[in-house]
This record gives sequence, C-alpha cells and structure tokens, in this order.
Amino acid sequence: MSDRIEPFAGVVGASSSDAADAGGVQPLVEFDRVWFGYDDRPVLEDVCLRIMPRQLVCVIGPNGGGKTTLVRLLLGLLQPQRGQVRVLGGPAQAASRAIGYMPQHVRFDPLFPISALEVALMGRLGHGGWRNRFGWYSREDRRKARDALAAVGMSGQAEEPFASLSGGQRQRVLIARALCCEPQLLVLDEPTANVDSMMESQLFATLRALNDRMAVVVVSHDLGFVSNLAERVICVNRRVVEHRSGPLNDEAVQAMYGSPMRVVDHCRAVSHEGCRHE
Amino acid sequence: MSELIEALTDPAFPFLRNAVFMGLLASAAFGVLGTFVVARRITYMADAMAHCVLGGIGAAVLLRYNYGFSWLHPLWGAWIAALTAALCIGVVSFVVHEREDTVISLVWVAGVALGLLFLERAHPPPGEPAVEPLSYLFGDILLITRDDLRLVALLDLVVLVLAAAFYNKLAAVCFDEEFAALRGIPSRAYFLLLLCLTALTIVLLVRVVGILLVVALMTLPAALAGRIARHLWQMMLLAAVFCAVLVSGGVLASYHLETRTGPTVVLLAVAAYGTAAAVGAANRRFRPPRGDGVAR
Repeated sequence: MSDRIEPFAGVVGASSSDAADAGGVQPLVEFDRVWFGYDDRPVLEDVCLRIMPRQLVCVIGPNGGGKTTLVRLLLGLLQPQRGQVRVLGGPAQAASRAIGYMPQHVRFDPLFPISALEVALMGRLGHGGWRNRFGWYSREDRRKARDALAAVGMSGQAEEPFASLSGGQRQRVLIARALCCEPQLLVLDEPTANVDSMMESQLFATLRALNDRMAVVVVSHDLGFVSNLAERVICVNRRVVEHRSGPLNDEAVQAMYGSPMRVVDHCRAVSHEGCRHE
Repeated sequence: MSELIEALTDPAFPFLRNAVFMGLLASAAFGVLGTFVVARRITYMADAMAHCVLGGIGAAVLLRYNYGFSWLHPLWGAWIAALTAALCIGVVSFVVHEREDTVISLVWVAGVALGLLFLERAHPPPGEPAVEPLSYLFGDILLITRDDLRLVALLDLVVLVLAAAFYNKLAAVCFDEEFAALRGIPSRAYFLLLLCLTALTIVLLVRVVGILLVVALMTLPAALAGRIARHLWQMMLLAAVFCAVLVSGGVLASYHLETRTGPTVVLLAVAAYGTAAAVGAANRRFRPPRGDGVAR
C-alpha cells in the first residue's frame, strides 16, 4: 500500500513521467508548491503536480477537499497565494483558451432561450480571426459544433432547447462545448454526476478516444468510474497525493479520505457489462 | 376608434402622439435590453438603477432652481445617476459575492431618499411650474418633447448596433459568464456595458411610466416573449413587438378611460403576462406529459 500512495514531497508524477520528461517534453500543467486558502481556511497546501501531454488524469477526494479549487487554479480563475501554476509553460490565465472546460454546474436561467447547438458553438468563441473580434460564427464553426455534438451522441438534439434536455443530456452538450474549443487539455468537473451507468460507459469510451488527441483531467467522486478510466489518480484532500493506476482498494481509499468507506471495485479485468463487487 | 385616431392626429394634443411615438421607438431598445435583463436575471439591478434616477433628477432640479444652473436639464441628472448606479451595482456584484442583494437595495433606497430630499428643497423661480415628485415616480406624458423622441431614436441605434455586432459574445456572457471569460471574452466589461445601456434606456421611458413602473415595462414584455421564444434573438424581437403593443395600447386606453398613463400601461402588461401564464399552466395541466421518461 505504501508504494501506491505516498505523501507527496517532491513532484507528483516525477517518477512516472520521468521518461517523457527526459525526452524534453514540456509539461502541459505544472503546479509548483502551490498554496491556496479562502480567508483563514487553508484549502490546498504545498501542491506540486505535473500533467504531461496526452495523459489521462483523474482527480478524486472528499467534498471540500479542494478538487474544484485545484481546477479553478488550473484554469487561472484563482491565483495561488504561494507558489506557481504554469500551463503550457506560461501563467495559467494566459492559457485558458487552450483548455476545454466542462463545469459541474452552470447557473443558467432555466428559461434561457438557447439551443443545444448554440451552447456548443460558444466553444468556438476566442479562436482568433476578424469574425472573432465580434464573436461571429463561420460555417466552419457550425460544422465543428455539430461534430462535437455527434461525438457525445447528441446530434439528434442539436436544435432542441437546452433547457428542455435532461441533466445527463445537458452535461453531454457541455462536454461538446468544451470539445469545440479544440483544446490541448480537456477538464471535466464531475462528468458522471447526472449520468446513468450505460451513459457512463459510453462517456468512458468517448474520453478514451479523445485522450488520443489531448490530455484529459476528470474530477470525479465516482471511484468506480475513476479506477476504470485512470492512467493516473490524484487524490486531493488539502494535500495532493498521487495514486498510480490500478484498482482502488479499501486501504487506499481510507488512506486518502481518512475514514473507512465502502468501495465498489470495478475490476479492470472484467468487462464493463459484468463487474465484481467486493 | 375614430375618436382615438382623431385624438392622435389632432394638433391640439401633441402629447398623446408623442407618448405613442415614444413607446414605439423605445420598444426596440427595451426589447433587446429587457431580454438580456430577464435572461441574465438582473431585474432587481435594473429596478435599483431606475430608482436611483430620482436622486439624479432631484439633484439636477435643485441645482437648476436654487443654484442657477439653468442649463442643467433633469434628464442629464437622471442619466448621470443611472450610469453611476449601473457602475456601482456592477462593481458591487464583482466584489461582494454574498449578500449582493442587500448592497444593491442599499443603492436603491439611497437614490430614492436623496431624490426626495433634493426635490423638497428645490424652489422653482416664479413662472416655472412647481416641482412635482409624483410626476417622476409615476410618469407624466405631458413632459415628453420632440427632443426626447430624437434621443430615443439615437439610443435605439446605439443599442441595436451594439447588440447585433456582439450578439454571440453578449449571449455567452449572459448564459455562462465564467466560460465566456475562459474563452478570452472580458465578461465583466460586457456585463458593465449591458448595465450601462440598460440604465440609459430606462431613463427614457421614465417620462412615460415613471420610476416606480419603468422596469415592469422592460421585463414583462421580455418575460412574455421568453415563454414562446426558442432563441435569444427571437425573444428580443417578440419582446420589442409586445412592448410596442402594450405601450401604445396602454397610452390610448388611458386617454380613453381618463386614467393615469403609467399605471394603465403597466397593468395592461401585467394582465397580458398573467393571461399567458394562466394559459400556459392550463396547457401543461391538461396535456399529457412528454413521455420520454427523463426526469426534468
């Protein structure tokens, strides 16, 4: 167990991605001794973290453990109080356009008149060119938005009002919007929150396929989903601890959450239809 | 009906014609901005700005009558107050995350209280009409001049050009400010732009329906349109049409019924919205739900 979870002193992922590093590949994301707190309450302490191109990283941890704060630092929406967050070698704020982000919640007006396609098209904003000064969409933009909706299985609902979609469908449209950014890094905050198990395995396949083209960071409380998907698992609970791939077990979970928890272990060796429950 | 047409064309009643023109012209800007205000759910911000207008009018009237600033038209005071309120409210919403509504209502009552104190102190020189706070609170179509109509037309042009040029960006900012910011759109600047345009527009119809009721005229047609529209631009178009119909209908009805214009217009809008809501509720009740088994 101690070799799986290690309190993290140096750079998480240093050992696992040393090979890539040695080849001179620049890390996509780099947290260097980052501290962050709201008022007097520390949320993240001494976080070091590297994400390399085309890695698939899952971020897990208890509620209030700092997962969302970590993501917001990565997006440049928050500034670290100490330490540095670098994305694409520069400050995080300057790189937000290279990231496709799916938030956990969008606080939109439930009667906001907008179609699924129009939501996806928002991902095309900020792509340069004279049209973009004004935010006008080209035919190319519309094609890309339709492709993105197709990638998440929402082609049929492109013209439907966003507000009339179910929670899971909305989430897929928001993933499509993130894809429309043509990002180098896709960040999904709780993509399985409103999704049933069938959709979950579809989403799983989609993320795997996307991972060929871009790095993916998935924030999830769904340990089963994570242990199936992840190449790297990062546990956030004030401090950041890396758990390298492999099925999660009780001890590991207890170590990171600090209390015994029930875990349903979706064994890697078993196909998605049948999973062994321990 | 012929009586109404006579009244509209009668050169002895220019105020009635002006009020109807005012309503028709203002409805373009009201439709566009009302849609943003309703979709972004900042009705209470718009209301706070409208109430602050009284402070500006009061200050302008006081300076004009008591301190010799004879060139200072109350409209300028109204605009300055509305823009100041827009910027204050916008900044407050960026800085104060919790209890934003409390701070905004503070701006709101401060504007009204200052306005009433200023107006009380203002003493018009002999020959000028007495200061009448009620005419600002509830509107007075006798105050509308041809210059006002030109101003509304100009503002329409500004609002329509900006809304058309930056439509997608403004829609993105209203739908999901954070995502828009991540796409490199200066969300806060666009939000402040919307607030300022809303403030300028509100001031114009204060003449017709008054400070207390003007926001109803901005939001009710948009809310009505929002029940039908599938796209933001559709909502703007419909809201403008509804606004035009409601204002001109209300002005003519108030002439016919010999009632005060502002309340008549607003009650007509409330009645229209109430009817639409009731019909909508009845439709949902008596129509089988859409059977796709997805919890909504």
